[in-house]
Amino acid sequence: MTAAPLMRLAGVSRSFGNNLALNGVDLDVYAGEVHCLLGDNGAGKSTLIKIMSGVLTPTLGSVLYGGEPVWFRSPRDAQAYGIGTVHQDVGSIPLISVARNFFLGNEPTRGWGPWRRLDHARANRIALEQIRAMGIRRVTDADQLVGTMSGGERQALAIARALYFGARLLILDEPTAALGVKESRVVIDLIKRARDAGVALVFITHNATHALSVGDRFTVLIQGKVAASFLRGEKTREEVLNLMAGGEEFESAGHGD
Amino acid sequence: MASMEQSIEQPAPVRLNLIERILRIMWIGPAIAALAIYVFFGIVGGSSGFLSVPGTAGWLNAAAELGIIAIPIGLLLIAGEFDLSTGSVVGAAAIIVALGSGFYGLPVEYTITMALALGVLVGCFNAFLVNFTRLPSFIVTLASNFILAGTSLGLSRLISGSSNVSYRDAGWAEPILASKWNFFNVSVLWWLFAAVLAAWVLRQTRFGNWILATGGNADAARRAGVPVGRVKLILFIWTAVSAAFVGIMSAVMYNQGNAAQGQGYVFQTAIAAVIGGVLLSGGFGSVIGIVLGCIIYGMVSLGLFYTGWPTDWLQTFIGALLVVAVLTNNLIRNIALGRGRKAN
Repeated sequence: MTAAPLMRLAGVSRSFGNNLALNGVDLDVYAGEVHCLLGDNGAGKSTLIKIMSGVLTPTLGSVLYGGEPVWFRSPRDAQAYGIGTVHQDVGSIPLISVARNFFLGNEPTRGWGPWRRLDHARANRIALEQIRAMGIRRVTDADQLVGTMSGGERQALAIARALYFGARLLILDEPTAALGVKESRVVIDLIKRARDAGVALVFITHNATHALSVGDRFTVLIQGKVAASFLRGEKTREEVLNLMAGGEEFESAGHGD
Repeated sequence: MASMEQSIEQPAPVRLNLIERILRIMWIGPAIAALAIYVFFGIVGGSSGFLSVPGTAGWLNAAAELGIIAIPIGLLLIAGEFDLSTGSVVGAAAIIVALGSGFYGLPVEYTITMALALGVLVGCFNAFLVNFTRLPSFIVTLASNFILAGTSLGLSRLISGSSNVSYRDAGWAEPILASKWNFFNVSVLWWLFAAVLAAWVLRQTRFGNWILATGGNADAARRAGVPVGRVKLILFIWTAVSAAFVGIMSAVMYNQGNAAQGQGYVFQTAIAAVIGGVLLSGGFGSVIGIVLGCIIYGMVSLGLFYTGWPTDWLQTFIGALLVVAVLTNNLIRNIALGRGRKAN
């Protein structure tokens, strides 16, 4: 259905000393699709997203971006290609304003030389526009402290920020892990919004319900290997749950089919 | 499309009542406290001269000398780091100027440059140790305070046979660093300059945003591309150079340098910053608040003389004030943070 993947990992392995954290992982991420990355703790999910976001380099295998092989030396490198990462703690800073947080590291300025100063008016306007475009209506003042926002709203801020600064591929590291039911729904809606806008998403989660409600493609990692990879609708909720819980029981059960 | 337009519609105007709006001003706590303390000493000590010109100059001069160091200390605290080495830098800078120009007769511009260079050096030393060893700055700067205090004491006694060297005529530096107008020292102007500069940097520059972010969440700041190590380096240098400046000023103003002087600044500057609403764990604070904290410290230390009460109780008073200030500032900050949640 879609042409070429935006990002392709081909036979990616990564070892730390004698410990093989990833073992020949293949993964395709398409624009306008949500790729759910599932697996238990220690399955290699974080190592994988660290490779995708430029924090780590693979020991073996290659990363292709837009069909070209790429080699990220740093997260900044990856960001320059349009790869944004939203971490679990969202990277929010509770005691600074929404606009200051939104533009952190990319602050707009005006004036020249020693008179070069922050363009507060522009920063406030854009930050508020972008957050409200994410459907967050309760934030009415870009000057309010980030600490006044809920967990879901902070996720929205981080996602809006990544997209505004040109992310074409967005990696979301367990964005719903610390959230309640209502807040999680806000984040799921955000993911759908970003997908509909043509962004490629990698969604890491422990929650099968969240994954199934929004995922187009699924990859389950077990002990550093791809245990299963399937499309939406190819597996039932129970099968997905079994896979996430360990996989072996599923495989033996699966042979009976 | 329709939904798009709907989401970008003009946000509803923010309705804040007056009290909420006042509570959101970062420095409202210290402002109220400063006013209350001024009124208090005005009533109790007004008749003996607290409100007079010399009385006002007294606490303003004290606030100024403290404030020149407390302002960068405050910025450093906002970035999440301590600097306890300022005391020794003050003493070392004073003894460099007094020894070099008073004892050896070197031109004053040489010794002032040397003293400021010492500040840069100490700032670099502190920052490198903090950035590369990841040791807490509390320990690193405590250590450098002791190292420098001992070194300047030892060296000055070795060279001149005394830790106290007098220095009579500083030439061109006198009017710049030691002139007076109606009891007001020129240090008040330097303090004002330091405050305007720091306020501009913190509020209006990208670097200011990085200071707040570094103290608020260093990992997040790093991920957003903020050069966290460089932010700390610049602030450690700024602080130590300011301390050296105060040391130079005191040598010129009081016509002597003492290697052991200045240790009072170590805690007084941090106290002034915290009274001024700076969060000790970093990420929050304002320059106006720090300035008000210095004013409060100055008024309390000098106001007590005018009350006729025994001044032995000064530190008790300051300590109690510190506790009250921190509790009040916490309360105000929680109200500011709670506002959004209540509106839900």
